[in-house]
Amino acid sequence: MRGVRWLLLKDLQILRRSPLQAVLLIAYPILIAVLVGFAISRGPEDPRVAFLNEVPPNTRISVGGAQLPKANVEDRICEKVECVFVEDRAEAEEKVESGDVLAALVLPYDLVNKINSLSTLTPGVPEVEVLVNEENAVKAELVDDRITSLLAQANLRIARRIGAEGGRYLGLLVNGGHFEVLGERIPILGLRTTARILAAVTPELPPRLRPALEEVTEFATQARDNLNVAKPMIDRLAQPIAVDKVAVGGESPPLEIFAVAVAATLTLAFVVVLLVAGSLALEREENAFPRLTRGLVSSTGLLGEKVLLGVLVGLAVTLLMLVGMQFFLPLDLGRVWLWLVAILFSAGALGAAGAALGAAAREVRAVSLLAFMVTLPVAFLSLVPSGAVGPEVFDAIRFLTALFPFKPALEAITAALDEAGSGMGGPLAHLTVLAVAYAAIARIALRRFAAV
Amino acid sequence: MTEKYKPFRGHPLPPREYGSAMSAALTAIEARGVVKRFGSREALRGVSLAAGPGELVAIIGPNGAGKTTLLSILAGIARPDAGEVASADGAVGWVPQQAALYRRLTVEENLLLFARLEGHEDPRASAEEMLELTGLGERRGEIVARLSGGNQQRINIAIGLLSRPAVLLLDEPSVGLDPRQRARLWEFVSALAGGGTTVIFSTHDIQEAERYGGRVLVLADGESLFDGSAGELREAVRSEAPESADRDFETAFVAYLQHRGH
Repeated sequence: MRGVRWLLLKDLQILRRSPLQAVLLIAYPILIAVLVGFAISRGPEDPRVAFLNEVPPNTRISVGGAQLPKANVEDRICEKVECVFVEDRAEAEEKVESGDVLAALVLPYDLVNKINSLSTLTPGVPEVEVLVNEENAVKAELVDDRITSLLAQANLRIARRIGAEGGRYLGLLVNGGHFEVLGERIPILGLRTTARILAAVTPELPPRLRPALEEVTEFATQARDNLNVAKPMIDRLAQPIAVDKVAVGGESPPLEIFAVAVAATLTLAFVVVLLVAGSLALEREENAFPRLTRGLVSSTGLLGEKVLLGVLVGLAVTLLMLVGMQFFLPLDLGRVWLWLVAILFSAGALGAAGAALGAAAREVRAVSLLAFMVTLPVAFLSLVPSGAVGPEVFDAIRFLTALFPFKPALEAITAALDEAGSGMGGPLAHLTVLAVAYAAIARIALRRFAAV
Repeated sequence: MTEKYKPFRGHPLPPREYGSAMSAALTAIEARGVVKRFGSREALRGVSLAAGPGELVAIIGPNGAGKTTLLSILAGIARPDAGEVASADGAVGWVPQQAALYRRLTVEENLLLFARLEGHEDPRASAEEMLELTGLGERRGEIVARLSGGNQQRINIAIGLLSRPAVLLLDEPSVGLDPRQRARLWEFVSALAGGGTTVIFSTHDIQEAERYGGRVLVLADGESLFDGSAGELREAVRSEAPESADRDFETAFVAYLQHRGH
């Protein structure tokens, strides 16, 4: 243990002596904390969309000869995106091509006419035009999703408005009232009143006329009752299927907590893996390993020292990051001891993995590259949710990510941060198994170090 | 950048008392029939060597002869596949060919670290002693990476001497040193041997082996070809390769190796 202590101090001394490394270790978590903090405290900015409305002013959608109130589609769309109003199609195309806007939405001049034609015998196909610059697949996908979503919302609002108007006319038909045509109020008797009047006059009529009148009265009553049922059906027609979301397979943490956990785990993983792997490879690069293991410190002791170095620095850096996050998102400080447990277990397993990488490679540069090549894809794969890829691919991803400590570390840190989250027991047990396995691999790989 | 040279000073460390484990009281370290294989290749084929206190033994041979492997086995870093190695109770100091130290630490920090790792009672005093011995006291605060190869080698040797070993193993210690640094190195090493420390060094420079080695062990392809004094080696070379007798010793030595099938 004496040797481990002096080696640990030596490594910290070397770390302190490399200003770039020391600055990176302090600056990196602060930078990550600030970036994640801003990301979770401010929503994503609305995408800029060029908007060209060619529909003549005061053109209204009409149903059955009557105009619907203004749907304010333009206003509603511009609530969801940052509209850049353009004068003509050429300007819209220029803005899309230059990348000034994500896309351009054009409402053609005959849009309302075509909507109105839907209730005629020669219905047209109302279309809006979307101009996109598909310079890359992600951008194209994003535009597709956003515009499709906007139009679906606009369609839904129009359908609801039409449904509501239809319902109002049905109400008039059933209950009676007044209907305005060209500024003139026309009284509508309504089925209910009709049935009541017929029922009242029927006894006064000659008996031979009564059966026919009673049939009319019966029809009016049935029509009233059935049209009453039809009204809610028309209301539902605009959105026939409603979503009832039921969470199964564990509660997911709030998005901002998950973002903090991802940032903390990424920071911890890179700092610990790179530091442990690099400092172990440095012993080889400096030719110090054979001299050290000639009775000064055992190979196991040396491994333990490197992992301890990674755990201590990783703990300090991650805690620094989490403290920095407090400025953006108040975390529950009453759970700090859980943070410590999660970080210590995670850092231990990540350190053991780093030691295995460090023992496998001989040079610090090769080790750094190897550490990045392993950590980055595993971290990325660990964030792929089930259902995002095919079941076979997801099984393969799940298997791969279970072999590296990133995913259980993320689960443990998420559970430590989130009060309503799932338990830490599973991830901690997983991390322990991985720590033991990687330590064993590192110990075997260290034998190569001894070869002169 | 000008290099400030400081000679090694002649303060040899007192030798340790040898224990009774050795076969003879005057043997500080001994290897018998050592065999080492790396896969199917035999790096050492039954090599034997014994050195007494204060003896300066040169191990010479071409590249790949097995010099470093033999020293590593004597140092206890590598294990022989056959044969045995025994040494006196005093520690065996080992100075690898490439400086085994931390280049981002200062000269003093390196010496202090290894003194602490070796469990010295007063690590500072030990480091001071080595700084004095190597003449690097004035450069104690300098980062090792900024020192010349010669000065790095001085620290490398000083670390090997920290344990005040009875036997010092030097693996090609003069590689990379300029003639002045080399002369100072050998002055220092000779003084150590004069003080009773057994010094075994490897080299592929025949002149260096002849000049500084009290005894010379010739290795080629893992086989021990000769073990005796430098004078005896000259005699052996002359009789084995008479056609090269009139040429320089290095050429004659190469001819000797060829005659022996290497």
